[in-house]
Amino acid sequence: MTNTTKPVAIREFPVEEFPETHYLNATKGLKSWMLTLDHKRIGLMYLASVIFFFFVGGLLALALRLELWEPAQNFMDAETYNRVFTLHGAVMIFLFIIPSIPAALGNIFLPVMLGAKDVAFPRLNLASFYIYLGGAMFTLYSMAHGGIDTGWTFYTPYSTNSGSAVISMTFGVFIMGFSSILTGVNFITTVHKMRAPGQTWGKLPLFVWSLYATGVIQVLATPVLAITLLLLIMERTLGIGIFDPALGGDPVLFQHFFWFYSHPAVYIMIVPGFGIISELISTFSRKVIFGYWAVALSSLAIAFIGFLVWGHHMFTSGQSELSTVVFSFLTFFVGLPTGIKIMNWVATMYRGSIWLATPMLYAIEFLFLFTIGGLTGIMLGALSVDIHLHDTYYVVAHFHYVMMGGTVFAFLGGLHYWWPKFTGKMYNETLAKIASVILFIGFNMTFLPQFVMGSQGMPRRYFGYLEQFQTLHQYSTVGSWILGVGFLLVAYYLIVSLVKGAKAPSNPWGGRSLEWMTSSPMPAHNFEHVPVVIHGPYDHHQPIAEFRMGIDAPHHDTTHA
Amino acid sequence: MERLKDYFLPESASTFASDTDGLFMFINISGGLLLLGITIALIWFSWKYKRRREDEVTPVIRHSTILEVTWTVIPLVLILFVFAWGFRGWATMRNAPADAYEVYVTGLSFGWQFTYPNGVISGTELVVPAGRPVRLIMQSRDVIHSFFVPDFRIKQDLMPNRYTTAWFEAPEPGEHVIFCTEFCGSGHSAMLGKVKVVPVAEFETWLTAEKAKTEGDLPLAELGRNVFNQQGCMACHSVDGSAGIGPTFKGLAGSQRSFTDGSSATADDNYLRESILRSNAKVVAGFAPAMPSYQGVLSDRQVDALIAFIKEQQ
Amino acid sequence: MSHTDSMSANAHVQHHFVDSEQQFDSAKLGMWLFLVTEVLFFGGLFVAYIVYRAWNPELFTLAATQLDTVMGGINTLVLIGSSLTMALAIRYAQLNDAKKSFWMLGATIAAALVFMVIKYFEYTHKFHLGIFPGEAYTFTGIDHPKAHIFFSIYYMMTGLHGIHVLIGIGLIGWLMVKTKRGAFSAEYYTPVEITGLYWHLVDLIWIFLFPLLYLID
Repeated sequence: MTNTTKPVAIREFPVEEFPETHYLNATKGLKSWMLTLDHKRIGLMYLASVIFFFFVGGLLALALRLELWEPAQNFMDAETYNRVFTLHGAVMIFLFIIPSIPAALGNIFLPVMLGAKDVAFPRLNLASFYIYLGGAMFTLYSMAHGGIDTGWTFYTPYSTNSGSAVISMTFGVFIMGFSSILTGVNFITTVHKMRAPGQTWGKLPLFVWSLYATGVIQVLATPVLAITLLLLIMERTLGIGIFDPALGGDPVLFQHFFWFYSHPAVYIMIVPGFGIISELISTFSRKVIFGYWAVALSSLAIAFIGFLVWGHHMFTSGQSELSTVVFSFLTFFVGLPTGIKIMNWVATMYRGSIWLATPMLYAIEFLFLFTIGGLTGIMLGALSVDIHLHDTYYVVAHFHYVMMGGTVFAFLGGLHYWWPKFTGKMYNETLAKIASVILFIGFNMTFLPQFVMGSQGMPRRYFGYLEQFQTLHQYSTVGSWILGVGFLLVAYYLIVSLVKGAKAPSNPWGGRSLEWMTSSPMPAHNFEHVPVVIHGPYDHHQPIAEFRMGIDAPHHDTTHA
Repeated sequence: MERLKDYFLPESASTFASDTDGLFMFINISGGLLLLGITIALIWFSWKYKRRREDEVTPVIRHSTILEVTWTVIPLVLILFVFAWGFRGWATMRNAPADAYEVYVTGLSFGWQFTYPNGVISGTELVVPAGRPVRLIMQSRDVIHSFFVPDFRIKQDLMPNRYTTAWFEAPEPGEHVIFCTEFCGSGHSAMLGKVKVVPVAEFETWLTAEKAKTEGDLPLAELGRNVFNQQGCMACHSVDGSAGIGPTFKGLAGSQRSFTDGSSATADDNYLRESILRSNAKVVAGFAPAMPSYQGVLSDRQVDALIAFIKEQQ
Repeated sequence: MSHTDSMSANAHVQHHFVDSEQQFDSAKLGMWLFLVTEVLFFGGLFVAYIVYRAWNPELFTLAATQLDTVMGGINTLVLIGSSLTMALAIRYAQLNDAKKSFWMLGATIAAALVFMVIKYFEYTHKFHLGIFPGEAYTFTGIDHPKAHIFFSIYYMMTGLHGIHVLIGIGLIGWLMVKTKRGAFSAEYYTPVEITGLYWHLVDLIWIFLFPLLYLID
């Protein structure tokens, strides 16, 4: 079965169900967690952190929506409002979305899906986590010291003049950038060097492909954010005059620098979500993915084109007219690979055997919401229309359809899909489905009205607004409460599941990729053997036994059998 | 369809609004159809191919060249079409007719100022003749602002270190709101203005009357009122006692002021002068240091006039 | 972390790698990727340099006269020399000659220190003239309103590079300690190799900085 010259025997390794020892209890005590090099434990710590920050960012969002119930001041003043929306953006983007899928779920599953024992650099992985926490501390520090009111985009010269805690916030983001870079380096190396025997590039799970593409963007884009923020900090402390017009600098240059990172960064946020959706659609349709290479390579195509379109955030900024035209033209080409993905996912469902379990429900909701997010992106790419819609609620709605309807729904789908695997517990399926529907309704109720408001001319980042927008704002606010209830419900049944959920079998959904071929929860080193890959990760037509192959080497590492 | 358009979009009051609206609706409709198709497929597949038995086997369909080419080429054609349409509309917006009437626009935290060729300055209100192209030459006095008139479908950022331009032609008389759409601080959402489109004859009369207001022989307090209006002070300072982004002018002169640094002072002439020219030297408690400096912007006589005007607000 | 064969030559292979070769390849790839991020990090400054030079070409020729070409030139030679000693340190590690490897690492650090000392004299001379970064700039010898921006870029670029040299000194010092303890051999010299890659990049960045800042004509 193998083409190496050494004679290696492979055989099936049946999965041990409901193991007594696993990575969660292999070693005990706080120290064994704080200093762990196990990618799964590091992933879990990331997961806990991002969920915490999602909760913080969500509360800030609820406060914003409540303030917008009335056109004039309601319960906070303009200064506070500006700080709250800035924090909402910064916390959600830098502390939640960017690490959410790659650093949390990716960390737990990338090595398992590759059949590796760990990522390539486990110590670096732990360091990334602490760097992330360190950056988060600076962010919290700036919250405690008056906050920051520049918006998460830190545009100069407002950010060089503002009296708020700009330095501590940008320094926090600067630090978190390194965490993101190191995670990217780690993942790319892992994918290149740590694949199990037989796992060719054509047999990589699409989630791995998406993490690979994400890693490429992280490595190439994040350093530019780092240098931009460093220059901004220097601008504030020393007045180096590169971005501040009062000192001879140019604010449009800052915008170019900022968006050179921050546009690719939205692909850091969404591309891992694409990977999850590919896994969900195939598993729950019990069908081989339609157009494997198209889906895999379109992630890389998006990563590549994503670097060439940053100027579409600046159509009204006074950048050169030639750049405006070129950026608009290129922007549309991000739409193609994205559209191809959506069509491939729908085609995968055709003649499948579809099981509408909670993760699949999220995948279908994702397809609907993300399609809206994508199509409204086409709207914003069109030059004349963007002139009207730029910096209005239309952009806010578009962004949330992509980032929340897209990434967060994919994240929830992935969380429910892999929950039994990494916790070893099942959750209440009925409650989960109800929560999913509540979130879907709440989401649309919150953000659909914002498209309308935006087209009507309601500018973003407005503390007060004209009375004509009040009805739509109120719909949106009520929607945000529904979202809040939905998330509380999710938190409730997941906690119940942790405390007294039924024990999870090793493969509750009938998946074919490697993570389902080991126990739930996984053993400390993921597999008790060296896995061998024969079939593609979506070959549902092949017998399941052939997915559980491993190198037959009885003397191998007997210490944790 | 018209009703849908009227619901989504504000009044269309400039010559290029209808082109933008056409593209907006085209993308909405073609995108809507696509979304409908995908949604129907999702629901139909979920129902039709629902798993009924645990041992169901699915066909192996790895790809289909025809399908894949189709759903690459059709969107490609559509996006090229949308790009071309958007580009055409935008090119019109970027190229002002040579005979356009020129107005200088200054954005400042948190107001608008419009300067006319004959020297007239109008605060907050941009008065323009109907049926004549108007070209705006814009800059900011402090941070980045953005000039947005939804009814005209135009938007342009104002930079502190260079001019940016925009133009429009409003065929009919009417009033249209101006928003600032680039976040500029605590008064961002209060940085509203108004475009007043009036018939040509009325515009000429207005311009002449405004010119008379800036003549040197006006009484100080009256000149002060004009400065107050022209400089857009009312965006932040009321004269009726209500709190704004800055303290009200009502009862200001002669009152006792306490500042954010804990000190206090009486609002005499020197205090008022300092507050206008070095605005953040003393910041009244409860307010943010948000006011731009007027050093070099106002002449001595204008400062005197403004102080006289403030003293009148008792 | 259980190695039944922990006494063998494979003691340095971490538990999650199959063999020494996989570990070496991974470390090298990881370092290359990290170097890519370093290039992009400095790339931002190079872009700022290009933009401001395109806008103010006369400023850059004018301001460059204030930089000491001789000192810069010596520093360039010193760094190129240090790259050579670094490469030799790797070579000797591969040849199991820990002693020579140790001395070559020492020579690299010495060169790096010479570089920093020369840099120190350059900086203090400029501070003396009032050429500070940013708003503290008081020098009047250059008749250009944006002269301070040139020096802001100069200080940012050389300063960031200097920090990288300092980090390099730390890393090489750590390698010397490990070499002294006999941690490296022909089978395992990965840290020496990848630190070498880092050091060559630091050298390379200076080779770009020197002509771009000092040699404008």
